Amino acid sequence: MSPTDRFIPDRLQSPLTRRVKSWETLLLAVAVAIFTFNAFASPYFLNAWNLSDATFNFTEKAMIAFAMALLIIAGEIDLSVASIVALASTAMGAAAQIGASPAVLVVIGLTVGLICGAFNGLLVTVMGLPSIVVTIGTMSLFRGISYIVLGDTAYGGYPAGFKFFGQGYVWWVISFELVAFAVLALAFGVLLHLTNFGRAVYAIGNNPVASLFSGLRVGRVKFILFLLTGLMAGVASVCLTSRLGSTRPSIGFGMELEVVTMVVLGGVNILGGSGTIPGVVIAAFIMGLVTFGLGLLNVPGIVMSIVIGALLIGVIALPRLWAMWRG
Amino acid sequence: MQPQPKAAAQSAILSLDAVTKEFPGVRALSEVSLTLYPGQVTALIGENGAGKSTVVKILTGIYQPDGGRILVEGKPVTLANAQAAAAHGITAIHQETVLFDELSVAENIFLGHAPRGRFGLIDTKAMVAQARDILTEIEAPIDPTTRLRDLSIASKHLVAIARALSIDARVVIMDEPTAALSHKEINELYDLVEKLKAQGKAILFISHKFDEIFRIADRYAVFRDGQFVGDGAIQDVTQGELVQMMVGRAVDQIFPKRSPRVGDEVLKVVGYDHPTEFADINFTLRRGEILGFYGLIGAGRSEVMQALYGITKPGKGAVRIDGQVRVIRSPADAVAHGIVYVPEDRGRQGAITALPIYQNVTLPSLHRTSRNGFLRLAHEFALARDYTARLDLRAASLETAVGNLSGGNQQKVVIAKWLATQPKVIILDEPTKGIDIGSKAAVHEFMAELAAQGLAVIMVSSEIPEVLGMSDRVIVMRQGRIVAELGKDEMTPETLVRRAAGIGETE
Amino acid sequence: MNRYLQSREVILSAAILMLILLISLRFPAFIAPANLANVFNDTSPLMILAIGQMIVILTKCIDLSVAATLALTGMVVSLLNIAAPDLPLVVTIMIALSLGAVLGMVNGLLVWKLNIPPIVVTLGTMTIYRGVIFLISNGKWVNAHEMSPAFKALPRHVFLGFPLLSWFALAVIVIAAVVMTRTTLGRAFYAVGGNPHASVYTGLNVGRTQFWAFTISGALAGLTGYLWVSRYAVAYVDIAGGFELDVVAACVIGGISIAGGIGSVGGAVLGALFLGVIKNALPVINISPFWQLAISGTAIIIAVVLNSRANRPPGRIILKQSEPAA
Repeated sequence: MSPTDRFIPDRLQSPLTRRVKSWETLLLAVAVAIFTFNAFASPYFLNAWNLSDATFNFTEKAMIAFAMALLIIAGEIDLSVASIVALASTAMGAAAQIGASPAVLVVIGLTVGLICGAFNGLLVTVMGLPSIVVTIGTMSLFRGISYIVLGDTAYGGYPAGFKFFGQGYVWWVISFELVAFAVLALAFGVLLHLTNFGRAVYAIGNNPVASLFSGLRVGRVKFILFLLTGLMAGVASVCLTSRLGSTRPSIGFGMELEVVTMVVLGGVNILGGSGTIPGVVIAAFIMGLVTFGLGLLNVPGIVMSIVIGALLIGVIALPRLWAMWRG
Repeated sequence: MQPQPKAAAQSAILSLDAVTKEFPGVRALSEVSLTLYPGQVTALIGENGAGKSTVVKILTGIYQPDGGRILVEGKPVTLANAQAAAAHGITAIHQETVLFDELSVAENIFLGHAPRGRFGLIDTKAMVAQARDILTEIEAPIDPTTRLRDLSIASKHLVAIARALSIDARVVIMDEPTAALSHKEINELYDLVEKLKAQGKAILFISHKFDEIFRIADRYAVFRDGQFVGDGAIQDVTQGELVQMMVGRAVDQIFPKRSPRVGDEVLKVVGYDHPTEFADINFTLRRGEILGFYGLIGAGRSEVMQALYGITKPGKGAVRIDGQVRVIRSPADAVAHGIVYVPEDRGRQGAITALPIYQNVTLPSLHRTSRNGFLRLAHEFALARDYTARLDLRAASLETAVGNLSGGNQQKVVIAKWLATQPKVIILDEPTKGIDIGSKAAVHEFMAELAAQGLAVIMVSSEIPEVLGMSDRVIVMRQGRIVAELGKDEMTPETLVRRAAGIGETE
Repeated sequence: MNRYLQSREVILSAAILMLILLISLRFPAFIAPANLANVFNDTSPLMILAIGQMIVILTKCIDLSVAATLALTGMVVSLLNIAAPDLPLVVTIMIALSLGAVLGMVNGLLVWKLNIPPIVVTLGTMTIYRGVIFLISNGKWVNAHEMSPAFKALPRHVFLGFPLLSWFALAVIVIAAVVMTRTTLGRAFYAVGGNPHASVYTGLNVGRTQFWAFTISGALAGLTGYLWVSRYAVAYVDIAGGFELDVVAACVIGGISIAGGIGSVGGAVLGALFLGVIKNALPVINISPFWQLAISGTAIIIAVVLNSRANRPPGRIILKQSEPAA
């Protein structure tokens, strides 16, 4: 067939792109509004150390949320992340009791995370099971192992050098966790938006069947995503354990729901196929700011959950209500 | 042009009056009219995309018309949903996909209108008994308490027929009812149609098979591109005239002239077996050849191709590519060995409709456009531009989502995606199903060109003209087995139909 | 016959019986009728909630807000009891049922009218409902001495040898079984989850059917809310925290497919009883109750594996000899 004289341009500035862009813009506007409101509402808000403290509200959850975002975009979910945190923390605690060094503790935490992620990944990709049910099961199993080991006792006595990951500062008010958050945000952003792997993640989330038919190794990609999610839960466990300085089996309880909320608030479609890392980053800031701001105003934590819950439904419901009202 | 129905005194049971239906960007029906009379079979004829299925959906309450009227016995009615249509005595035999795998046969037949017993509860016993009666009446040997998922496609189809009959209907719509049935079952269906006619029911019969239309229809109505073209009594028209009305021009569909230069054997399939889908599949394929696979819907052709492509695992058998035994466990393996597959179900298996054109085209070739795993958009666009231009794709830009393209252009994107991988064997499963005539010709021409360039092509098709016009050789499948292999000079429409339907064989 | 032997209910019943027998070999007291009745009674709330959850899962949805609905309803009836101790209990129960239904309707409307994925909706309402409990109670507990004696006594009241709590569960089981097998709505739940596309052709409204599933789940959670606070004689923000996962677990163990369309009342009840037997058996056989979580997690995973084996789509049946004889 001869080359045609008709010419298809590579791009037009499509309305779709603009709308996708505007989601992050909208989130950013919300974040700025909350920041401004907090700044006026409380004199303690605009204080570098207070703000720095506030970042601990979201850094650990956000680390998991980056990996979870990729997993959800690919059409799967991992509800066991908080339990992985608990199991990794328990393993590190046990190792600390026999005098393991901080480096060994970190290796143990990350390895447990990887093993848990691999277990989820195998059940989902090799056995072909639905991830939501599998990870509800492993959620009980992983934390259950922590309960068997610890019962109603706790591990403490972590070596002094281990404190750095959750309590250390790299420079002035910039904590190690904040740096880790930034580095991981960049890494996951690059992975999702600039690599072949990221392209495969979007393709699989949009249509796993057509992706398989297009020669993508769908199972392998999903398995890697479960591994990454487990690994990030391991990283979060290192930070959280270091920050708290002790391990109880209830550590991080309910964290998975906050992580999923953060991801969805960041504009990731819970049904898979779309979403961005910048969106999740802004959502992490929003959740941190809300928690911190309301905390300064002496609003109890449980009430903040109303705000978070309403945000979660509201950000999805309002555009649809608006469209219904106009249409 | 307004012929009299056989019984002149009879008036229409159901008619569409200037009905229009629009979808975003498409006018599916444009002021069409259609009239059904009691005791008569009206054949609705048209190409894919002519608007037949839209008419069925409007008559059964799935779609609401944007303009015009639906008249039942002369009175305008609104068919708000499927139950409203049933209440007006309109029922339809859809394809087998419109049933419920996890419910029993009896529940499938009576879902929504089950017999009630005490306290308004469903009377299970009566339901099973009545289901058994209906199944006996249509001579379907099916136990009403079986779970539907345990039945074969043909049996599911009989259940769909039983469901339509369980509603005391005045109008029965049959949407390609014989597509998946064997010869014997088809004859039983014809008997059933005669029975329904005798009961004074009006029947709307949608079919692509002209022999069938001339055998059982009393009247015809032709649609083309969403418009009403004409109707009348079947005895006043010839097959040629109907085709001309359907297509809008006097055509034997034109296929590209080819002088195939068949080369070395590139693919050999030996002893492929699957527990439930196919058995004893052996064939070879040569470079530069177009091998047709013909059969009824559900004959197992797509299943064989998907096993070959690594989607399903055959129980036994081996594949040789260029003389080497290859194990294909996944589509990724198949693509790596040079076999690519253009599936029948474009929207679900072929294209990732939410993603832009260029991303669809480059998806299996990313290892070539990227560096160290990082995307290089300029290279991607270059590759996409090259292959979409070769296929004469029409789109606003390469960033347009594939879902926004017409069926024909979507198909071109899927084919472009595979050509960019530079394959040895390309399998096209119903490549022109549901696309307009212009794109059809383009796809045919392109297939011919691919074969001329030395690619080996397998074409699965249910359209006899396409099979005859394009193939150098045809394999006919029936009930999961190869029943015939015909060379160019042995292919006639008659032999294809006879072998595919098993006519002249003992059942 | 083979079909019955392979059915999920039979396998689960056998597993539960085996479990009970094994335990009673070493600890015969466990098999005493009084103890078994106690296990049933103790599992009643889980059974009631699992039946509601089963209906929701059948329609391809999930309700993560059941425990929060339970807690909110429990707090409301407790506060109501403080304000009006003489309110007839029938009215209290009606209020619990209706409040639960309304909370379920909120979920259902968001899913039906705004098309928001059920997991997002119920994740959101779960945190909102919990927060609302805090707001209406100011974070305070309602303790036993603040509740009227009649309010607390009802679930324990013995009728024909069984506490009323068990009778409530039995009544829910029977009604649900009839609704699911013998009414149009019941069959619609199966149809909508099994094949949404075909449901439209059958005249079923998928969204509205899902709405009713959430409403029923909410109403049952509301009823359980009253039973819970009266049985334990305490109401606070965190009662039944995380219980939604036990409920989903009971459904999964009971063979309800998360993909929708497959499941039964019997399965949900047996799944709940399986968890109930384990929970009650652990202290008897001297295993730390801390084992319970890991055991139920393992049970969920095993159940999912078995379910997927049993429900694997058979593919198209083309070869003649593969079809079962009529």
